Amino acid sequence: MRLAIENARKTFGRTVAVDDVNLNVAPGEFCVLLGPSGCGKSTLLRLVAGLEETSSGSIRIDGEDVTHKEPGDRDVAMVFQNYALYPHMTVRKNLAFPLETRKVPEAENRVRETAELLQITDLLDRLPRELSGGQRQRVAIGRAIVRRPKLFLFDEPLSNLDAQLRGDMRAELAMLHRRLEATILYVTHDQIEAMTLATRIVLLNRGRIEQEGTPEEMYRHPRTLFAGRFIGSPPMNAVAGEVKGGRFEGPLTWPVKAADGPATLGVRPEDLQITDGPWRGVIDRVEYLGAERYLHINAGGIQIVVRVGPRGAFRKGDEIGLSPERVHLFPKTEPKVV
Amino acid sequence: MRRLGPWLMAPALLVLVLLAVVPIVGALWQSLFHETAREPARWAGLENYARLARDPEARNSLLFTLQFVGTSVVLELLFGLATALVLHARFRGRAWVRASVLIPWAIPTVVASWIWRYIFDDYSGVMTYVSDVSWFASPFWARTIIILADVWKTMPFTALLILAGLQTIPDELIEAARIDGAGPWRRFKEITLPLLRPAILVALLFRTIDAFRVFDLVFVMTRGKSGTSVLQYQGYKALFDQQDYGMGTAISAVVFLLVATMSVIYVRTVPSRLLEADR
Amino acid sequence: MKGAAAVIVLCSVAPFLWFGMASLKGPQEIAQRPPTLVPRHPTLEGYRGAAEKGIFGWMANSLIVAAATTLLTIPLAAGAAYALSRTRIRGRRLWLGFVLAASMFPQITLAHTLYGMLQAVGLVNTRAAPIAPYVSLTLPLAIWILASFFREIPAEIEEAARIDGAGPLRILIRVFLPVAAPGVFTAAILTFIYAWNEFFFALVLLTRDDVRTLPPGIATMPGQYTFPWGEIAAACVLATAPLLAAVALLQRRIVSGLTSGAVKR
Repeated sequence: MRLAIENARKTFGRTVAVDDVNLNVAPGEFCVLLGPSGCGKSTLLRLVAGLEETSSGSIRIDGEDVTHKEPGDRDVAMVFQNYALYPHMTVRKNLAFPLETRKVPEAENRVRETAELLQITDLLDRLPRELSGGQRQRVAIGRAIVRRPKLFLFDEPLSNLDAQLRGDMRAELAMLHRRLEATILYVTHDQIEAMTLATRIVLLNRGRIEQEGTPEEMYRHPRTLFAGRFIGSPPMNAVAGEVKGGRFEGPLTWPVKAADGPATLGVRPEDLQITDGPWRGVIDRVEYLGAERYLHINAGGIQIVVRVGPRGAFRKGDEIGLSPERVHLFPKTEPKVV
Repeated sequence: MRRLGPWLMAPALLVLVLLAVVPIVGALWQSLFHETAREPARWAGLENYARLARDPEARNSLLFTLQFVGTSVVLELLFGLATALVLHARFRGRAWVRASVLIPWAIPTVVASWIWRYIFDDYSGVMTYVSDVSWFASPFWARTIIILADVWKTMPFTALLILAGLQTIPDELIEAARIDGAGPWRRFKEITLPLLRPAILVALLFRTIDAFRVFDLVFVMTRGKSGTSVLQYQGYKALFDQQDYGMGTAISAVVFLLVATMSVIYVRTVPSRLLEADR
Repeated sequence: MKGAAAVIVLCSVAPFLWFGMASLKGPQEIAQRPPTLVPRHPTLEGYRGAAEKGIFGWMANSLIVAAATTLLTIPLAAGAAYALSRTRIRGRRLWLGFVLAASMFPQITLAHTLYGMLQAVGLVNTRAAPIAPYVSLTLPLAIWILASFFREIPAEIEEAARIDGAGPLRILIRVFLPVAAPGVFTAAILTFIYAWNEFFFALVLLTRDDVRTLPPGIATMPGQYTFPWGEIAAACVLATAPLLAAVALLQRRIVSGLTSGAVKR
């Protein structure tokens, strides 16, 4: 199924939540709407679901204009952050409910298949309050799957789960995406979820699309400082300064091919090597994570974070040299990677 | 579909308009006519109201009604507050206490009327232990007994409303006050009472409006004698005993206007949050 | 605290118990002055007399009227409560205010026209007659209680049902009412108790003994000069027995229902 969002705009009073967004989702894509809170990703999802009405713009599913259609008529299914299971119905009835409003025959078979797919068959006669968070999430997913909709919508479904469970569920979601050949629109603020699950990431900022692309494109070729810093952990180091005659000048300097003018230099912590390099600094703090360490370095008066492996002795107060392997330049006009 | 949602309200609204609004309008209209069971309707304008104003019986009804409202409500608030404080405390058997407190509220007012009529009966009442006086012959005592019966009957309702307010006061506030060294009276006066203001206001206004409609107690206990007639009883007599429709509806219109005034005051003073839904 | 609680319980219950004692006294003992505190010669004469006067007939009528009122009020209130608490209505506050105001209309003011209306359709002195004012007088409180319970239901459950294709009626019946079941129950109890206890309209609309409900029946038991206290007391005990059972069993629900909508955060 093809989803086409054209010039979608949503205002709440004077606040503009979604500002002229254009987006196309192709069949089978796992499209992740990523962004900080308040960026409009949830609102955009709800516009597609039909839970909110666009202030202007249109939404098409498979060419059909559904902008003014009720959610129940759009053939979409949604998985909510808080699961939204019907508390007074058993798992079985929760799964069956979407089918009975549509009078689907052989609902029982579908329910059974779905339960098997999600491994919740032995929970079918329990009530939601008897289930753990992870189990509830599965039932919520099951309720979406059971309808075989054209489009799946996920609204931060994993944010209520603990870290370990989140990892397991990510794997399951990826598996489901492949098995069902589903088209998915997925909202999250967690860039790890986005990077691991998405076939395409759409990064939103203040109601607008900042950048979209595959995870690799987003990581390697961020077009704005915002995009550069949102993806990748720890976030990209940003150095403010200006380009003068082929060189970036600021607390740290580096040769760049760009027009003169104010700009920000971006370097990812993993793109910095500890060498005798051109940049020198003093270690302020070492964060130990087992398989890697983050060194917080004071270089040229600003804080730089560097990612290093488990080997090598680094202590607070050590003087070290840094050399960037790859930098990003974000001028006030056009970004460049050097 | 979203548009259909509000229509679910339509049947209830229809019922209310038909069975509540229309009769009110009907009564107001009828009060402008002179009509009895024997005489056909003729236009009277405000004549009925003028007669009412001159009628000493009607004036006394109004007076006692006001007296009743004022005294009952104040007493119910005080006793209700005390009861709510007790019901709020945690102790074993609290459920039983609550159930017993609900008994006066749950029984029909008619039964409550008989209970208190019996207690103060000249011959068989238990109050004969206290005095030989004929309680209901004296206007002062007759009125007092009616007020007493009403307080007994409706205090639980007030207590529950205030209890609801008590339940919204976080325990931590009281605990902080205790740590700060405030004694129980100060804690009550400076923390509990101010935070109870909304609940007390709600109870006050609900009960005031309700008290204007007193009828059962008067009908059963005294049939309005000994100066215990109240407005609704007066109206009942005019409408159904004397079958003077003009006068009866005029009295009923007066009651309505009094209640409506109080309702307007209610809508203005009570914080509008109480009327709003959270969406 | 315990002492205060005891006093409160005593004051609440003693008058009623005292009257209950009277129901077991024969006419001689009743006439004693001052009265005995506990019946010395307990007898069921009072109950017999009450039965003769027709108390069981009144009870049956009360049951019919109260049940019918409840069965009508609750669905109407549910629809209105859903509309008022979960949909976008213009002037929601006004509607709520109107509903609330309707509960405060004085019975006497409604009486004349209502009587005329019921007379016109030939319903006076039928069991159906009081149901009309009862429904309109209990709707506001029922709406209030149900609305406050509905408001507690998370928005997402409703949204999930909408996405699942359910319309507002289905959402109300299949999702909201079951989830708000305690509220429905409480509203039903309060409505039933109101209809059971109501006096004014029952008095005015039901003048024949065979259709009378309990309150007017009991209120008109005494003769011109005599008060058959034994019978009256017995009648009162019988009339309130079901209510007392309800209160004892459902005390928590009743309390939560009355306190729920009263003061909202």
